[in-house]
Amino acid sequence: MPQPLNYLQETASQTAGPYVHIGLIPAMAGFDIFEKNFSNVLVTPNTQGERITLEGKVLDGSGSLLRDVLIEIWQANAAGRYNHPADRSAGALDEDFRGWARGGSDFESGLVTFETIKPGAIIDKAGRKCAPHVNVWIVARGINIGLNTRLYFSDEEAANAADPVLNLVEPPVRRKTLIAVRGERAGKAVYSFTINLQGPDETVFFDV
Amino acid sequence: MNAQAPAIRDPRLNSPEPFTPRDGGFFQRDHTIHPPAYAPGYKSSVLRSPRQALLSLESSVSEITGPVFGHNDLGPLDNDLIRNYAKDGDPVGERIIVHGRVLDETGRGVPNTLVEFWQANAGGRYRHRKDTYLAPIDPNFGGCGRTLTDDTGYYYFRTVKPGPYPWRNFVNSWRPAHIHFSVFGSGFAQRLITQMYFEGDPLIPVCPILTTIPDKDALERLVAPLDLNASTPFDSLAYRFDIVLRGQRSTYFENRPEGN
Repeated sequence: MPQPLNYLQETASQTAGPYVHIGLIPAMAGFDIFEKNFSNVLVTPNTQGERITLEGKVLDGSGSLLRDVLIEIWQANAAGRYNHPADRSAGALDEDFRGWARGGSDFESGLVTFETIKPGAIIDKAGRKCAPHVNVWIVARGINIGLNTRLYFSDEEAANAADPVLNLVEPPVRRKTLIAVRGERAGKAVYSFTINLQGPDETVFFDV
Repeated sequence: MNAQAPAIRDPRLNSPEPFTPRDGGFFQRDHTIHPPAYAPGYKSSVLRSPRQALLSLESSVSEITGPVFGHNDLGPLDNDLIRNYAKDGDPVGERIIVHGRVLDETGRGVPNTLVEFWQANAGGRYRHRKDTYLAPIDPNFGGCGRTLTDDTGYYYFRTVKPGPYPWRNFVNSWRPAHIHFSVFGSGFAQRLITQMYFEGDPLIPVCPILTTIPDKDALERLVAPLDLNASTPFDSLAYRFDIVLRGQRSTYFENRPEGN
């Protein structure tokens, strides 16, 4: 017998359930417990970059809104740098931008919003330029393991066309499921997105 | 003499980077130990499960990085569910300590990572505007907490043991007692939500959610054993729950300074 490898195995995922708000966004569950709370706002007044709102919804296989979904986002700053020691690219860090937030869908409208900045383009390990994007992680009742996807920006057509991840998506008609569409509200950019869990427009989800 | 051909050198030979086998990527996820997205015994999964194949991505900087948390994000009572919502006394229920380590698949502890937990009270009722189970809310129990692992990946918190409760799946479906866990790891691709169960609970083998896990060993690794050695005599019993995140081809994060 060869030597045993003795790796451990990952702990199995379980659904976040309908009451995920208690643990991760207690104010939405209806009570106040922590002195400091995480929120859907990524920016402080000092954060560098163009202020944007991301506004989205998640639909199930019947086309119905998920009103109990929780989304987390993780993104680079305006210079394309992640606030993490493993990103050793040249862009400047912004000490006023962690790059992460979580939001729950509104119990009525189903909308999830984030107040953030538009990220810069990223240089990957191979030195390729990647289009600006936001990494998205989705959990809810009925979702057995968190779903990973990305949001790209509709006004970055040239960068999107050259993006190494978007170009992996086959057939190409599915790439549009990853594009948030730019609009404007009260003078501020609002990017809208819809995540379809099933159906002809099913969103592209990643095994990361 | 013939003129020598100009030397052509492979430009990769001039790379200033020393060789390392550790590129920071994560081990490929073994989906056979996770519940499938579509698990019809858990009815809510039917309309909420993607049907297309997931697109496999190599780990890039977007996946090997993730949010960094520090003690400035937390309050002093955040890991004490017996006290963090107490109004006029302690909550009702069996006092327990839950402790363990967050590891990765190589066996290394994951230091300074955020662990969050939430649960029903001792009667099986959640403090949530959408929970209408007839068991009463406990005025002294919120049901959530959080902590950071230490330098070795160790964490602990104090709470009361949650009760089982009925839910709408089949007409007589009951959840075993459980605590929900949310763990980050060092990269966003390690993000995990799971549930911890309690040794000896007879509802475990009949739970439609727990039994979505196809692998018997993977299911049993969600069951925390009673840990008498870690209990506090005349005060609290203890349960041990280790959590394993995906392995990484890197030791870069060991001893990395904690952010805040």
